Amino acid sequence: MLDKTIAAIVISAIAFVTVYAITPILIKNLEKRKLVVKDYNRVGGAMVARPGGPSILAGILASELVLYALFSSVEVLAIILTTFLAFLVGLADDRKVLGGWFKPLALAATAIPIILLGAHGSHLDFPLFGSVNIPELYLALIIIMIPITGNTVNSIDVLNGVASGFMTIASFALTISLFIVHHYDIAIASLPLGFVSLAFYRYHKFPSRIFPGDSGALTLGAMYGTIAIVGHVEIIAAVALLPAVINSFLFLSSVKRIVEHRQLKSSPVEHTEDFKLKATEHKDAPVTLVRLIVANGPMTEKEVGFTIFKLALFSAALAIITAFMTGIKI
Amino acid sequence: MKGQIFLYVFIMWLMILGGGGLLVLTIAPIEIHGFGRYSDEFLDSGIKAVIAIFLVVLWIFIMSKIKNWIFHKQIRN
Repeated sequence: MLDKTIAAIVISAIAFVTVYAITPILIKNLEKRKLVVKDYNRVGGAMVARPGGPSILAGILASELVLYALFSSVEVLAIILTTFLAFLVGLADDRKVLGGWFKPLALAATAIPIILLGAHGSHLDFPLFGSVNIPELYLALIIIMIPITGNTVNSIDVLNGVASGFMTIASFALTISLFIVHHYDIAIASLPLGFVSLAFYRYHKFPSRIFPGDSGALTLGAMYGTIAIVGHVEIIAAVALLPAVINSFLFLSSVKRIVEHRQLKSSPVEHTEDFKLKATEHKDAPVTLVRLIVANGPMTEKEVGFTIFKLALFSAALAIITAFMTGIKI
Repeated sequence: MKGQIFLYVFIMWLMILGGGGLLVLTIAPIEIHGFGRYSDEFLDSGIKAVIAIFLVVLWIFIMSKIKNWIFHKQIRN
């Protein structure tokens, strides 16, 4: 037990320090190469470096490879491979704008290492009612889980600091839940996700110095999905991600097709004269979480971000309650 | 509005718990016999998959109705 505790502390420190140290270098490098995008929500429209995916991946790989060197776990190998492949998909999308369907299909392919390595179970654990054994259906679930978590995290990456802050809360809720359901090895393997998100939040929070881009958001989302699968906590993971799921659901149910945000004709939010965010009056604009949050009146970007974090904390609490309920059968 | 979003998250959570109960108690026990071992397994999984997909569609439909009910004023505007 002591060696695992030490390993948990070491990989958490590696994950945090790697991202904390590499991100400023990445920012300078991206700015030098003019890889910057306009922050439309900032007064004057500041140019912000993008993508931050490479530093996020570096933190994850450095920590998970150390963990794999220590314990040679097939689950950790699946996390490493799937996360790396999702990063490549995101990086391709960062470099060249790809079609709305490309990402879900490519992300589905990134789940293949989980299946090939046999790092998954065959049952779904439900709180209070027990589990269902679905060996064939579970393979389909794995294939759709990674695109869902990847794109869900990507869809919440709308304001300064939101994606990284949200993932910090959701990841630590998932880690606590894994400890509650006694999946200690995967709980330890999930720690880098929270610490990488936390370190990246330092540079992503308002006013952002870097955006994660698709490579960053898909990396975080795919790792989250993989941990949910290899840790057999799919339902708990979905609960912790609920505000982001709702955002995707609201968006899809209003535009009624898979489409990139940049392809939309009208934005769900507009700016007031003092640069606060307000809900748009365009009828054809999609309904999103941010649009609903500012529906009662304009708010600053920072205020909207903190409201999303409160929702994330609420979902995190529900996820932890769900984890306790998973051990109970009525 | 913020309170309504928290309510929506809570309802979604309750529906996940309820949906899980429905799956475990009514759909998981379904077993098909009499068509040979592999055919039985195939039919068994197929029927469960169809019911699960139907339940997901039903879940999305209900969540959409609840969304319209909770956020009707903002969506209409």
